[in-house]
Amino acid sequence: MLDADFFRRWMTATAASVDREAERLTALDSPIGDADHGSNLQRGFTAVAAELEKEAPQTPGAVLTLAGRQLISTVGGASGPLYGTLLRRTGKALGEASEVSEDQFAQALRAGVDAVMTLGGAAPGDKTMIDALVPAVDALGDGFTAARAAAEEGALATTPLQARKGRASYLGERSIGHQDPGATSSALLIAGLAEAHGE
Amino acid sequence: MSNESDGKVSERLVGIVLVSHSAEVAASVAELARGLAGGGTAVPVAPAGGTEGGGLGTSAELIAAAAASVDRGAGVAVLTDLGSAVLTVKALLAEGDELPDGTRLVDAPFVEGAVAAVVTAATGADLAAVEAAATEAYAYRKT
Repeated sequence: MLDADFFRRWMTATAASVDREAERLTALDSPIGDADHGSNLQRGFTAVAAELEKEAPQTPGAVLTLAGRQLISTVGGASGPLYGTLLRRTGKALGEASEVSEDQFAQALRAGVDAVMTLGGAAPGDKTMIDALVPAVDALGDGFTAARAAAEEGALATTPLQARKGRASYLGERSIGHQDPGATSSALLIAGLAEAHGE
Repeated sequence: MSNESDGKVSERLVGIVLVSHSAEVAASVAELARGLAGGGTAVPVAPAGGTEGGGLGTSAELIAAAAASVDRGAGVAVLTDLGSAVLTVKALLAEGDELPDGTRLVDAPFVEGAVAAVVTAATGADLAAVEAAATEAYAYRKT
């Protein structure tokens, strides 16, 4: 079973890896985006970690809805509402239970990913965070390590794609050959799950 | 609220929020729309541009504050430019309690839609009419 402490560790682990990888994320965002993905997410997840320390919500759902709310208000770029919606919807789907099973979490995360697809209008293959998140959710039944591998593979697989959403879509064919920064940071988020689980 | 100078009771006006990645763009479009509206100077219009730190981007806090400041109980029409501006407003609306009741994201071109929205709101039109006028700005072809 996964308790509130597991979800806090997930957010803390993600904040640490986003912090570590901020420059790489921004470098990926510089040829096809506006070169702020790393710093934006760093600001957002730093705020999430600080807020969780201050408030210490007691249920998995409360941890994720609080984190999502922080991301929406602090990131400043499109990744704020997208990641914010992902975590908030996942948190809401978990309800008020003090512990949830891995299976319940997998279902909730799928609801969160669906909400992101609705908000951003992106589908798999559009060269977005969805290309890492959908394979991760599909693999979650086989555990967090499998989900991490699937997300990383999904992020790498965005390189040959042409962007159809966001600022990168204005570049048309010139977006081909670059790994998507959003899919890359999504892989960090999923890797944080495995880390929180001690894998 | 009564307006005794023209002898009629003026309606509660629809509020308008202009969300851009740039503080200057949002403020300038607000000024342009008010200027072109003539009598529309009474319409509550608030820009919400850039991040709180003054950079390019979108601030959920600035949007929420702007919406609260123009709410006169007749609804608030939010017009945005692109990317995170659109997504942040949608995410705030999904939160349910971040924006005043009757706040609507209006699908309209930013500059032309803002002018149409402010001019229409100045007539005392309701939110649906303001939204329709702003959206109609897409239909005006330039060539």
